[in-house]
Amino acid sequence: MTFEQLIFYILAAIAVISSLMMISVNNPVKAALWLVLAFIATAGVWITAQAEFLGIVLILVYAGAVMVLFLFVVMMLDINLVKLKEGFIRYLPIGVLAALGIFALMYMVLGPNNFGMDVTGEPVRFDANHSNTTMIGLALYTVHVYAFILAAVLLLVGIVAAIALTIRRRPPHEVKYQNIDKQVKTQARDRFEMIKMQPVKEKPVENKKEEDE
Amino acid sequence: MFNALQGWLSIFLWDWLAILMTLVLQVVIVVLPIMIAVAFLTLAERKVIGFMQVRMGPNRVGPNGILQPFADALKLIMKEFVRPQQSNLYLFIIAPVLALAPVVAAWAVIPFGEGAVVSDINVGVMYVLAVSSIVVYGVIIAGWASNSKYAFLGALRASAQKVSYEIAMGFALVTVLMVAGSMNLTEIVHGQQGGFWNWYWIPLLPMLAVYFISGLAETNRTPFDVVEGEAEIVAGFHVEYSSMGFGVFMLAEYAMMVLISFMTAIMFLGGWYSPFENIPVLDPLTAWIPGFIWLFLKVAFLLFLFLWFRATFPRYRYDQLMRLGWKVLIPLTIVWVFVVGVMHYFSIGPWFN
Repeated sequence: MTFEQLIFYILAAIAVISSLMMISVNNPVKAALWLVLAFIATAGVWITAQAEFLGIVLILVYAGAVMVLFLFVVMMLDINLVKLKEGFIRYLPIGVLAALGIFALMYMVLGPNNFGMDVTGEPVRFDANHSNTTMIGLALYTVHVYAFILAAVLLLVGIVAAIALTIRRRPPHEVKYQNIDKQVKTQARDRFEMIKMQPVKEKPVENKKEEDE
Repeated sequence: MFNALQGWLSIFLWDWLAILMTLVLQVVIVVLPIMIAVAFLTLAERKVIGFMQVRMGPNRVGPNGILQPFADALKLIMKEFVRPQQSNLYLFIIAPVLALAPVVAAWAVIPFGEGAVVSDINVGVMYVLAVSSIVVYGVIIAGWASNSKYAFLGALRASAQKVSYEIAMGFALVTVLMVAGSMNLTEIVHGQQGGFWNWYWIPLLPMLAVYFISGLAETNRTPFDVVEGEAEIVAGFHVEYSSMGFGVFMLAEYAMMVLISFMTAIMFLGGWYSPFENIPVLDPLTAWIPGFIWLFLKVAFLLFLFLWFRATFPRYRYDQLMRLGWKVLIPLTIVWVFVVGVMHYFSIGPWFN
């Protein structure tokens, strides 16, 4: 067994085990964390397959950003686990049937008939200085440039839609908004004002006493 | 050297074991000095801030307090590890490990000199960015597993802050990649050869500021340390941690500071190249200084900036911190991507040729 194979089997085992744990563990926060581990192990497998750019982007985008926000939401939910588990036994046969059906479908599509070594051929080995990033960049910006631009526009529409759905400008008498430019331009004389007043002399103490009486 | 060692080991061991042993040795050689540097960084911090506030700082343990970090570490190790009753045991213990491990892993691609790097991979910059984005899990898990309101609020603040500033950081790195034309850290340093004016800090001056400010936010240092915000949430995510659990969080924070300083020095300040290259008198005079000394001097200066900021600036308010990240730094980086594109098109200066 070479060192590369050892690394591959360790990473693959971690990926499979953590994926299984992700769907079987009860606590949603723990499930999200197992999913993160599955992502990292999968990224490792990709890197051993010489797709170092994709592997690192997987960690950067999914483990580093998407799952953090996901965890952020899941952590704050107060989920009643007992209620979630209600009817587990009752629906078990249907669930098992659906799972087996999906597995059969996936096997037919992704199985050795379509993706075996005899179909795809021996994967090409590149030397150590080969840049996976350059290859992806060349393909993205030449052959697939229209699809790439289309995806970018789609994402932009998504951003605009998300902001349009959540933005809620309330009238200024309900909520105070900051005007940062105004705050930054503030000077000392705007905050502190000298007011001219006539001096007022207080009444002598003896008179006060008389008044009290 | 390591190839020879690996070849010699594989004569009488399995191949994979020989590779593993060589790798572990390389890791020890890189990580040990960093841990020592982190220890003395804590001392330097207390000394620098002490002098800025007209007091002595630690001066009791050893000559001039030089052994203070070891006394601190010993104290932390000897203390009892207290676990809150309602906390989640495994996650509570794993959290500090998750905070430290990625920071240590990132050192695998940092070049300390010509060829002095553990793993010279093509996507070095991306690797550092990806690995340091995992650090946030240590904080989140610590906050959640502690089962405490203060720790939880700290974790929420940390995750939102780190994800926000990572975007600005990533875009700042994009401009560096555009100038250097490579993601390999050694190649990026090679692109800055030829003296002070060839370093990338001149065409990328705003990006240097953005990167360093984002670095401050990523490491939860003042003025962005609302994650710990002791005035509001006691100590934030590590409020329930005692003894070495707390120590490991501190270790991770300081190791991250050193890492950010190294990345800034490598990408913007010419890495291990001398600032006096191609200068008539000074270049021959300073030619005997090895490259890594220059790198360490640059890193030391950047670390001093971290400490200086801590002694100088008050803490940001949370909404203003988010505004700075999203409305100031990110638009600035996106504009600068186009500026660099224009500079590239017209082949300006010694940087684009």
